[in-house]
Amino acid sequence: MATKLPTSLAEVQEVMLETDLLVIGAGNSGCFAAIEAKKLNPNLKVTLMEKAHIDRSGCLAAGMDAINTYLKKGRTIEEFVRWSRSQAGGLIREDLAVSLAEILNQPTEQWEEWGLPIDYEEDGDEYHTRGKWDITIKGSEMKVILAEKVREHGCEILNRVVATNYLTDGNRVIGAVGFGVRDGKLYVVKAKATVVSTGGAAGIYKPYQADGVDSHHYLWYCPFNVGTGYAIGIRAGAEMTTFEMRWCATRTKDFNGPIDTISVGYKTPMINAKGEKVLEERYAHLGGDAAPRFIRANVPMEEWQAGRGPCYVDTRGMTPEQIRDMKIDYLNERPSFVLFLAARGQDIRQEPIEIYGNDPYIVGGHTASGYWVDRKRATTLPGLFASGDVAGGTPNKFVGGCAAEGMLAARGALEYINRLNSPTKVNSEQVAVEKARIFAPALRQTSEGDGLIPKEVEERMQRLMDEYAGGIHQFFRMNKEGLEYALKHLRLLKDQTKYLIARDLHELMEAHEVVDRLDVAEVLIHHLLYREETRWPGWQTRTDFPSRNDEKFDCFVNSRRNPETGEIEVFSRPYEQVVPGDRYRP
Amino acid sequence: MPPRVNKEKCDGCKAEHEPLCEQICPGDLMTLNPETRKAYCRSTRDCWDCMSCVKICPQGALETKLPYQLGYYPAKLIPLMGTNKITWTCIDINGKVERFVIKTRND
Ligand SMILES: Cc1cc2nc3c(=O)[nH]c(=O)nc-3n(C[C@H](O)[C@H](O)[C@H](O)COP(=O)(O)OP(=O)(O)OC[C@H]3O[C@@H](n4cnc5c(N)ncnc54)[C@H](O)[C@@H]3O)c2cc1C
Ligand code: SF4
Ligand code: SF4
Repeated sequence: MATKLPTSLAEVQEVMLETDLLVIGAGNSGCFAAIEAKKLNPNLKVTLMEKAHIDRSGCLAAGMDAINTYLKKGRTIEEFVRWSRSQAGGLIREDLAVSLAEILNQPTEQWEEWGLPIDYEEDGDEYHTRGKWDITIKGSEMKVILAEKVREHGCEILNRVVATNYLTDGNRVIGAVGFGVRDGKLYVVKAKATVVSTGGAAGIYKPYQADGVDSHHYLWYCPFNVGTGYAIGIRAGAEMTTFEMRWCATRTKDFNGPIDTISVGYKTPMINAKGEKVLEERYAHLGGDAAPRFIRANVPMEEWQAGRGPCYVDTRGMTPEQIRDMKIDYLNERPSFVLFLAARGQDIRQEPIEIYGNDPYIVGGHTASGYWVDRKRATTLPGLFASGDVAGGTPNKFVGGCAAEGMLAARGALEYINRLNSPTKVNSEQVAVEKARIFAPALRQTSEGDGLIPKEVEERMQRLMDEYAGGIHQFFRMNKEGLEYALKHLRLLKDQTKYLIARDLHELMEAHEVVDRLDVAEVLIHHLLYREETRWPGWQTRTDFPSRNDEKFDCFVNSRRNPETGEIEVFSRPYEQVVPGDRYRP
Repeated sequence: MPPRVNKEKCDGCKAEHEPLCEQICPGDLMTLNPETRKAYCRSTRDCWDCMSCVKICPQGALETKLPYQLGYYPAKLIPLMGTNKITWTCIDINGKVERFVIKTRND
């Protein structure tokens, strides 16, 4: 139950903890990192810092109906990399994709042993597949199952502790600071190594459902993953990559729900208002139904603009059994979509399901945005490893890949711990500064009683991003002038965060969520400005540079914020082909 | 849309150190009204409709409703948790009832 907000810093209790491995974010990837560390060395102390409750936090809260990345018998690592590369328009970190594919199947098989029901083909001992790489599961309780295993392995779990910044010694990361959203305490956790796995960033852009009184969070992505992992890395000077490759996708209209369940699962074609099979008929030259994901995201937008919207997935050919199975799939993943169909009174054999784009997200498990890491998942800051949606370079990780990457990050972190020979000390000055920063909105509420509530700042930012940085209301399109306008106002907003107030601990969390989102948005705009071309129409559409420019931009766009000056430097890193073949074909 | 709390059924999870819906919500949205000792959602715009609170409530006191701007009245979707399975009952706006029993764990 909520504790009162402190009215002075002296009131804030401090909890000082020491651990070997700190995992920030006990979601899918973080849980697998923690368990892997314990398996490799049961004597290690492993601590997870989680803003919610480990049993139902992050993307897996409501469950999943499929694991999109599993190498079935006969499939090769090279095939997987080629597919992932072509889906992402030819630009991925192939070294990372190969190392991920090497252990990709392990977490899924482990989950099954722990109790997760996975569907099998009727005639054999092979998992049932949905598309090329997807297997179907009954995953509504998969996070609860995973959390039990984290506890069984003897990890320390700090639920309801919101991470706000790293503890550093020079540029080395030696743990993190956070606050308890229940107990109002300051948590200072010193660690030999740290894994960040806080997921991606939702809520940077205004969702189109926001007009409804209670529908601000009708988001596809988990709205409680706000990009904190990116923000704390940005503030500490970590190198980030490919933020401009935004995750825009086709989603069910209004509900903003997953679509692969229907379109891949039941092979329902995408049609426009005129009933044309759009992908097959109009986008055959780009791969038709197997076109890269950004093309498929862009299609409903293009059709609307051309006056041929709305678009649908044509469910009218489905059998009653298939429709029942499809509803079961949704009940395992986004149960309220079944309620949505019931609330529309919609018989989808008569009336197809409408589709549309989503508000753009930054999600490194789907696109390549996030920390720039090496094969061990070490970031550019010593002592810090990244995995899952927060780690960059490897799109199309999804559930299986994010979990596997958690294992890789843990292995990297343990090697680092074993090599470690210089002890560090927590800098008490740094802790005092962070404590003051964390509780500032609460203290302002006591001293001034007036200022900005986090929600109004959030909505201002979301509208700016939507209208000037290629949001859904602009059909994902943007140009230099708009981006510069957004940047100017984001800087103003960042400055105005000093006026934030918080009236309870929940609102204090919201205050930090908007501060973090602003840091992510600022870096995102820098990336969008730098890439003066259109590489992934839909994900990144520059109306002032409508074509791809391989001469200048067939490379990664990276950035680093200077922690001393706050300047954001943007630069490029070369692409390296590891797996031979045509990069644009699977 | 936040879950609707049935004030008759909600007992505030008296036996728990913290109400179960409050413990579980990934968005930190459910809490108790200190006066009535009944649960409520503190920020109605922020619910993801993940239904974690509905699934965990031991009294069946919570019901997910869609925002009216998105879906019509009065559709219902009610989960009932078993040890290794979950039973869903769905009633659409025309009164059509569907029931689904789904395995949640291997035996
Ligand atoms: C609706 C939906 C459907 C999907 N469908 C599929 C599918 O069918 N198949 C598939 O393969 N993939 C699917 N995905 C993608 C997949 O689920 C994710 O890519 C993957 O699970 C992400 O794992 P993660 O560990 O990086 O993030 P999460 O599992 O989201 O973990 C992030 C964790 O960090 C915590 N956290 C965040 N900020 C802080 C902070 N400041 N302090 C402490 N903790 C913090 C969060 O609470 C959370 O527990 C879907 C995703 C969504 C949202
Ligand atoms: S879990 Fe159910 S009974 Fe307990 S407080 Fe919440 S609504 Fe009330
Ligand atoms: S449905 Fe999910 S997000 Fe909404 S109040 Fe319940 S647990 Fe929280």
